[in-house]
Amino acid sequence: MIEVLINSALQLVLLLLVAPLLSGTIKTLKARLQMRHGPGILQPYRDILKLVQKGMVIPETASWIFSAAPYMVFATATLVGLMIPMTTTHAPFSLFGGVLAVVYLLALGRFFLALGGLDTGSSFGGLGSSREMTISAIAEPAMMLAIFTVALGANSTNLSEMAKVAVGQSWRFLAPSQMLAFAALFIVLIAETGRIPVDNPATHLELTMIHEAMILEYSGPYLALIEWGASIKQLVLMTLLVNTFFPFGLSSDWTLQTIGVGLAFYLAKLLVLACMIVLVETTNAKLRLFRVPELLMVAFVLGALALISTFLF
Amino acid sequence: MNMLSLSTSFALSVAAYAAGAFASLACWRKPALVRRICCSAALAGAVLGGLASVLGILRGTPVAWSVPSGIPLFAYSFSYDALAGFFNLVLAIAVAAVSIYSFGYLKGFEGKRNIGLFAFLFNLLLLSLTVVFTAANAFLFLIAWEVMALAAYGLVTFYHEDRETRQAGLLYIIMAHIDAGCLLLGFALLINSTGSAEFASFRPLAAQLNGGQQTAAFVLFFLGFAIKAGVIPFHIWLPAAHPVAPSNVSALLSGIVIKTGIYGMARIFLDVLGGVPSWAGLLVLIVGVVSAVLGVLYALMEHDLKRLLAYHSIENIGIILMGLGAALIFRVAGHPTLAALALTAAMFHTLNHAIFKCLLFLGAGSVLHSTGTRNMEEMGGLIRPMPVTAFCFLIGAVAISGLPPLNGFASEWLTYQALLAGFGAIPGLTRILFPLAGSMLALTGALAAACFVKAFAITFLALPRAPESRNAHEAPRTMLIGMGWLTLACAVLGLGATWFLPTFDAMTEQLLGQRVSSHLVTGHGLVLSAGMRTSGTVSPLVIALGLLVLTLPAAFLVAIGVRRLGRKRGPVWDCGLPGLSEENEYTATAFSKALRMIFSVLYKPRREIQAVFDVSPYFPKEIRFESEIEPTFEKRLYAPLQEFIFRVSTRMRTIQAGSIHAYLAYIFVTLVLLLLFGVRK
Repeated sequence: MIEVLINSALQLVLLLLVAPLLSGTIKTLKARLQMRHGPGILQPYRDILKLVQKGMVIPETASWIFSAAPYMVFATATLVGLMIPMTTTHAPFSLFGGVLAVVYLLALGRFFLALGGLDTGSSFGGLGSSREMTISAIAEPAMMLAIFTVALGANSTNLSEMAKVAVGQSWRFLAPSQMLAFAALFIVLIAETGRIPVDNPATHLELTMIHEAMILEYSGPYLALIEWGASIKQLVLMTLLVNTFFPFGLSSDWTLQTIGVGLAFYLAKLLVLACMIVLVETTNAKLRLFRVPELLMVAFVLGALALISTFLF
Repeated sequence: MNMLSLSTSFALSVAAYAAGAFASLACWRKPALVRRICCSAALAGAVLGGLASVLGILRGTPVAWSVPSGIPLFAYSFSYDALAGFFNLVLAIAVAAVSIYSFGYLKGFEGKRNIGLFAFLFNLLLLSLTVVFTAANAFLFLIAWEVMALAAYGLVTFYHEDRETRQAGLLYIIMAHIDAGCLLLGFALLINSTGSAEFASFRPLAAQLNGGQQTAAFVLFFLGFAIKAGVIPFHIWLPAAHPVAPSNVSALLSGIVIKTGIYGMARIFLDVLGGVPSWAGLLVLIVGVVSAVLGVLYALMEHDLKRLLAYHSIENIGIILMGLGAALIFRVAGHPTLAALALTAAMFHTLNHAIFKCLLFLGAGSVLHSTGTRNMEEMGGLIRPMPVTAFCFLIGAVAISGLPPLNGFASEWLTYQALLAGFGAIPGLTRILFPLAGSMLALTGALAAACFVKAFAITFLALPRAPESRNAHEAPRTMLIGMGWLTLACAVLGLGATWFLPTFDAMTEQLLGQRVSSHLVTGHGLVLSAGMRTSGTVSPLVIALGLLVLTLPAAFLVAIGVRRLGRKRGPVWDCGLPGLSEENEYTATAFSKALRMIFSVLYKPRREIQAVFDVSPYFPKEIRFESEIEPTFEKRLYAPLQEFIFRVSTRMRTIQAGSIHAYLAYIFVTLVLLLLFGVRK
């Protein structure tokens, strides 16, 4: 019991601290690749600090749903973070929810955020909510198929179990089914975190925006919660990718040394994945909204192929 | 305890419904009295029926009563086993809520409509449902089935002045009789080979049926029950009939009446026939997937609140059938434990769907009661005048979208686990279907979430879009209590899923010979598990607590900002063009636009825009917008069928020319032919 609490507290701190850092790193890397100077990797911390100290304006039309949404986004993302193995194979809340709970908890946060977007009565909020729910709905089957491929291999939907099985066979990611599943999940990651070519995280007040349109009316601490929650969600999804497919550095022991090694490996893996995302974002243009389903269909087909190829190889 | 044994409480509950039915018919001239009789009788029947079901489930072994009728093949045989007990429990929970709700809801009928007739049909429907779930004689079952269909018809067409209602009622009664006909033929097949109409006499027979008979029996029973359950492509009556009925009736129709189809499949396929060929199980699974996905896709396009909910019933029946189909397949493949897991998932979802769909229909009923419209585009902002209804509807919406930590999540999670287990258990290439079905379940869940964001937000959030919604008022207290009871049930069955699972043990033992709940619960009774040592676990209770605890730091952060500078109310960002009004709000049609474009192959949307310009084409004075989707099944399947039937009947009319001589000749010829047929034998 005590061990679970300490483990949860440590992972919680790690989650809350690394998430903004990761967002900052991606932003800076992207800026450098585009020959810009960029805001520096600590900027997300400064943003959160600044927003928390500000007052907030709540639309006259909004109800309590508008205020509930930021809490839900933050709480679901953080709770999901406790279900995913980060530095060791043992995630503190692994027993209480596996990969299905992760997907559905993120959906719960999104559900409330979309309600919050519509609660203001502004057309921008409605537009963002509609698109967010649409894109996540068609991303879901692809995500599940890819996850099932791994889960069926591990014979479990619990992320700690999946990580343990993966540690036993470190080079498994070279198998075609794993590579296909990784590709499918990578596309889903791009869509779920609202990155180019699906959504542009850097845009405001354009008719192309999705996530930003939904949260347009939020300000002050509520906005801080949503931004922080979104970066935690991004960290969680990236962790899911790096730790299920590339379990290097994960250990099932729980000593200071293994945690240290695990942390170093974990940050390095995240950096590599961040570089991949930056490369995709920089070399692609944003797709038209109605081309996005085609991209997600590709992910679905990749997921189905991954599943079928578990038979063949 | 002796006083209220199983048989006494069951008999009393049936008597309460019957008394309610006939007493209300007797004093139909006193509306206030009838309203009280109707609702109290239904509530008493539900409480007693609930008690009976709890006793029945605890008892575990079936109790049977039989009274001979003197008519060959027909007897008043009842059997109260675990399956019957479970469905009576579902009935009791839903009816308790609906009857309390009706105390307030029926007040609106007083002085305007014949409450006596309504109360009679309402209690008759409950009576027939109880009999359907307990009958152990094929003819008794069919009679109860028919009474159920007729009582439901009377209730659906209660607002018979509307043409739409009458047409929906006609469609319903036609479909109900097609399904009754299929069942009659199915039972005839069984009776023909045993010479008895008792369910007990069918059981030993299943092994002796030859392949053709087995196939025929499966097809007939499946058709019959699938039409009642509203499975695609036999669903067309459901979205027509459920919305036009009074809302408390819609709740019963969607919550319970369509579940008789699920009950029938479980009773016949798992109990009476003792299993069906594996292709049949596969068919049930595939039909389930198709119903789930298409049901939710059609629901997304609706802006009539009650029709939207009706389409979601189709979706959820699909999810239940996925579990049931998996159970049938596992049973034939020789995995009784997995079959029990899948059956538990399906039955748990049956109960959960009854609860949240009743809740949502009652919520929609309150909205309709208050605003007088079913059209979501005229609603909005109702969360302010109707806070309790809005809260209950929100809980129902979260539950039906399968989101944690409520009950919909618990049963969908079990369904996922059953499907994933199928991949390891079933040999050959068909195993691929299980994870694919799982991914379609994910699609269904995500689309349902999108649809309920739309349903809740357009109805209850932002600004009212029409005068009716501006003058809305909260529902009377009894209606709120009815909804509150179901809201509580959604939470309790979600958070306490692990404590509830042993309820299914008696049923799985009866149908499959396995008790699995002890495998499905670990972690000091707090964690749901998928049954095997290494497979997944989840704990809705801990998830709920975790969410609660994690909002604390968030609340702390917000408190810092608010203490320094406070929270202000301000106008919504209007792009610098003042005068933002409710006309600028997003609508239900606009919300579903993106999905309408993406799935345009299915919907074949048609739209028409007419704009009147004054000076410049950039500033239209007036815009008329019309958008509709093609009702594919009605147009491609049922319209040609109807045309064919009309053509044949026109042809047939030539032999019915109205001449008595001709008719006498027909009678004579028929008689001769029958005599010849008799002699030949």
